[in-house]
Amino acid sequence: MASGKEIRTQIKSIQNTQKITKAMEMVAASKMRKAQDRMAANRPYATRMKSVVGHIASANIEYLHPYLKDRDSVKRVGFIVVSTDRGLCGGLNTNAFKAAVSAMKEWQDQGAEIDLCTIGRKANGFFSRIGANIVGQVDGLGDAPELAKLVGTIKIMLDAYDEGRLDRLYLVENEFVNTMTQTPRVQQLIPAEPDVDEKLGHHWDYIYEPDSKTVVDHVMTRYIESLVYQAVVENVACEMSARMLAMKNASDNAGDFISELQTKYNKARQAAITQEISEIVGGAAAV
Amino acid sequence: MAATMQVDIVSAEAEIFSGEATMVIASAELGEVGIAPGHTPLITRIRPGEIRVQQPDDGEEIDVYVSGGILEVQPYVVTVLADTALRADDIDEAAAQKAKDEAEAALAGKSGEINFADVQRQLAEASAQLQLVKKLRR
Repeated sequence: MASGKEIRTQIKSIQNTQKITKAMEMVAASKMRKAQDRMAANRPYATRMKSVVGHIASANIEYLHPYLKDRDSVKRVGFIVVSTDRGLCGGLNTNAFKAAVSAMKEWQDQGAEIDLCTIGRKANGFFSRIGANIVGQVDGLGDAPELAKLVGTIKIMLDAYDEGRLDRLYLVENEFVNTMTQTPRVQQLIPAEPDVDEKLGHHWDYIYEPDSKTVVDHVMTRYIESLVYQAVVENVACEMSARMLAMKNASDNAGDFISELQTKYNKARQAAITQEISEIVGGAAAV
Repeated sequence: MAATMQVDIVSAEAEIFSGEATMVIASAELGEVGIAPGHTPLITRIRPGEIRVQQPDDGEEIDVYVSGGILEVQPYVVTVLADTALRADDIDEAAAQKAKDEAEAALAGKSGEINFADVQRQLAEASAQLQLVKKLRR
C-alpha cells in the first residue's frame, strides 16, 4: 500500500489538473455564448442569399452559371474541410475527419482524384499526415473569423472549378445542433442545389444590370463564400461547446479521482495510527 | 394606404433593416435606381453609397450606408445583400475624410506600385460616405 505522503502528492497533482480544466471550461463557456451570437447574426444574410440564388435558379435565365450545372464525368473532386486550430475539444475534429475521409473514399472508389483545402490547423495536420493532396490551407482565424481571410482559400477551389480541374466541390464541417450535440456534415457546394421557389414559376426573368453574366458570376461567388463563412462561424461555436463539455467531463473525473484517493489516504493514515498504538501496547506488555 | 413592399437589408455581420416601405433608392451599377412596389424583377450589383428606404404612413426615411453588394428586386420584396452596411449615423466623418485624402494623395503621387482600381474604389467609398454625412448634418 502506498504511503500517506505519496498519496498526498498524487492528490495535489490531480487538484492542479482540475484547476486547469475548470478554468478552460469556464473560458469555453463564455466564448461559446459569443460564438453562438455570431452564428445567429450571420444567419439572415445566409438565408436571404440562399433565396436569391433560388430565384436565379428558377428564373428563365439566358445565362446558366457553371456552378449550377452538373458535369457528366467527375474526374477530380474538391473538399474544403473546416476544423479547429486547437485541440482538447473531444471528438469534434476526429468525427469531421472521419466523415470527410469516408466521403473521399466513395469518390476514390469511383476513380476520381481528391484535392483538399483545409481551414484550421488540425485539418492541415491530419490530412498532411495521411498524405492527401492539399492545395490550399488557412489557419489562425481565431474566435471571430473574418471573411477576408477565407476568400483566398475559396478562390483557389473556385478557380480550379472554373478551369475544369475540379468537377465537384464539397464542404465538411460540424453542424451545431445544440450545446451537447455537434454532428459532422458533408455539404455539396458545386453544383449548387438551390431551393427553387415553385410559386414563381419558370416563365419570367430578371432585368440585369449591367448584364446577366457579370451579375450572376458575382452572386454565385458571394453565395459560395457566404456558405463557407457560415460553416466556419458554426464550427467555432461547435468547438467552444465541445471543449466546454470535454473540460467539464475532465473536471468531474478529476473530482471522482480525488475523493477516491482521499479515502485511500484516510485508510492508510488510520492503519498507521492503529499500528503505532498496537506497537506501544505490545511494548508496554513486554516490560 | 399606399402600396408597400417588404424590404430586407442584411450584411454578413447583422440584419440592418427589415420592414415595409413605399420606395427604395439605391445607387446601382449603372446609376441610381428608385424601386416602387410592383417593380419588375431586377438584379444588380450596387456601388458604395447610401440606400434610402421610405417608410409608409409618413414614417421617417432610413439611410443606410453600404460599401457594395447585391440588390435583388421581386415585385413585392426587395433584398439588399450588403458587403458591409452601417447605419449612416455610425460613420466617422474624420475617418472617411482621411481615407479620401489618402486615396487622392496616392492618385496624385502615381508611384509605380499602386493598384489603380483599388485606389479608385477606395476613393468612391470615401466620397460616398462623406456625402452621406454631409447630408445628415443639414
